[in-house]
Amino acid sequence: MPSRTVPPASAPAPAAPQPHVADEFLRRQSTAGRIQSVLHRHPALSPALVLVLSVVVFGLLNDRFLRPENLSLVTQQVAVVGALAVGQTLIILTAGIDLSVGAIMVLSSMVMAQTAVANGLPGPVALAVGLAVGLVAGAVNGLLVTRLKLPPFIVTLGTLNVFLALTLLYSKGATVRGGELPSLLTWTGEAFTVGGVRVTVGVLVMLAMYAVVAYALGRTAWGRHVYAVGDDKESAALAGIRVPRVLLSVYVTAGGLFALAGWILVGRINAASPNAAAEANLDSITAVVIGGTSLFGGRGAVWGSLLGALIVGVFRNGLSLAGVDVLYQTLAVGVLVIVAVAVDQWIRKERA
Amino acid sequence: MTQDSARTPVLQATGLVKTFGRVVGLDGVDLELYPGEVLAIIGDNGAGKSTLVKCLSGAYTPDQGQLLLEGRPVTFHGPQEARAAGIETVYQNLAVSPALDIASNLYLGREQRRSGVLGSVFRMLDTAGMRERSEQQLKALGISTLQDVTQAVETLSGGQRQAVAVARAAAFGSKVVILDEPTAALGVRESGQVLQLVRDLRERGLPVILISHNMPHVFEVADRIHVQRLGRRAAVITPETHSPSEAVALMTGAVAA
Repeated sequence: MPSRTVPPASAPAPAAPQPHVADEFLRRQSTAGRIQSVLHRHPALSPALVLVLSVVVFGLLNDRFLRPENLSLVTQQVAVVGALAVGQTLIILTAGIDLSVGAIMVLSSMVMAQTAVANGLPGPVALAVGLAVGLVAGAVNGLLVTRLKLPPFIVTLGTLNVFLALTLLYSKGATVRGGELPSLLTWTGEAFTVGGVRVTVGVLVMLAMYAVVAYALGRTAWGRHVYAVGDDKESAALAGIRVPRVLLSVYVTAGGLFALAGWILVGRINAASPNAAAEANLDSITAVVIGGTSLFGGRGAVWGSLLGALIVGVFRNGLSLAGVDVLYQTLAVGVLVIVAVAVDQWIRKERA
Repeated sequence: MTQDSARTPVLQATGLVKTFGRVVGLDGVDLELYPGEVLAIIGDNGAGKSTLVKCLSGAYTPDQGQLLLEGRPVTFHGPQEARAAGIETVYQNLAVSPALDIASNLYLGREQRRSGVLGSVFRMLDTAGMRERSEQQLKALGISTLQDVTQAVETLSGGQRQAVAVARAAAFGSKVVILDEPTAALGVRESGQVLQLVRDLRERGLPVILISHNMPHVFEVADRIHVQRLGRRAAVITPETHSPSEAVALMTGAVAA
């Protein structure tokens, strides 16, 4: 056997040379390199630091900021965008983007309200119908992306307009006030007090959405597949993952999550309005990006998006308490987004 | 050849034809892979090596011809079916997910769940178990360069990534392992490690199909060499009977088989 005569050094001599290589590598790593690799492993770490820092700074600037009633207000203001960011995170993890999130949310909330008021369906049934509409809307996006192979940006730009138009046609542009709705639909706006802080049911629903999706992403095979598909579609397919099926499941799940956000929205504004939350599309993307999820897919964590939504909420609230003009608040959020994406690019840079 | 003909090939292809529009990728290729051997496939660019491999690994379904796995005819409509039948392929582009860790990559597409309610109802992954088995698998293959299976694959060198891909194929390929250009992107030392892995697989009784451009590597590990030329099998030679320059001559058509 000629093969036996060429035993490479690696085979019978284990461990011995390896630690040296590792040591050398560690010593070579600069401080910046080490920070980079830590952030790389924990994508939600930098938004967490930014959030803590901004809470401390705004707390020092104005004592009203840290009062329980103000913190409670921040969580309520964040609930709708935070809920939308859950589904948006799933889609962005697959290297997609969804511009129709707000439209799906409003369409679902109008269907919940109208089926309850105009068709007299009981609260739970109306809620279920609204959720079904969200799932179907997500399936439409998903089928266009997986079957026609259209870019998600274009698909959802189109369906954004389609769903908005459908919402206005269906609701005839009319708002349904909270008083007319079954109590289940406005339940998300009700609050109870925990240790001096008023917490709404909507905030809890949002947190539950994060917990369930974080579990699904982190602890199930489906979650691994979502990351793998976003990371490299071709590799995922060669590894035996049914890429179209995973993508479709992501869009359908996200549609259902957007409908749940619609339920939170109804409670938050105590009404179902076809004109609500027009800016929610971009806000949800902002939250996800600030939360450390990469727009290029495959990298990020859903909890980061909650942190991202909270950072935006804290900035807006803190700046307005400090007496800063609304336009400067918007400017600050814009700068945050650019910084977040720049940091992401830096983290993703291939290390030699 | 008398010894070979007495045995049934693990994998056999007869008269494979695959066309792409007017381009003929494979023009009636035959191939036999016998138990416990390393069969190298060599050929010039455009000779049909990659198309042949994709037909064997299920990525393409041939237009004509037959595949026999352990003597039984099989048809694959996708890599999953070939994999389920016991044929594992390491593709040139590796098919690993850079952001996932080593253990996740080894089990990608066939994750194992916890036992009991946690697994069946809550679909919880057996992360600890998969990591432990990944470590055992790497140790069994003698891969010492991968210390930490929770390390993301993108932090690894080219050779280490290749080792992950080969380890995955070896762990799950029960009948055949196909390696497409496994040393193309590697340095000398890393190539040596991958070739050692190929020998280890053979010693474990797994037959290997090795596609390579690198004649020294082919002549170092192959038992037999399938020379692919113009969509057909030009010859089957062995390192003992032919020199690398003779193999190249066959490959380029300078010498008829």
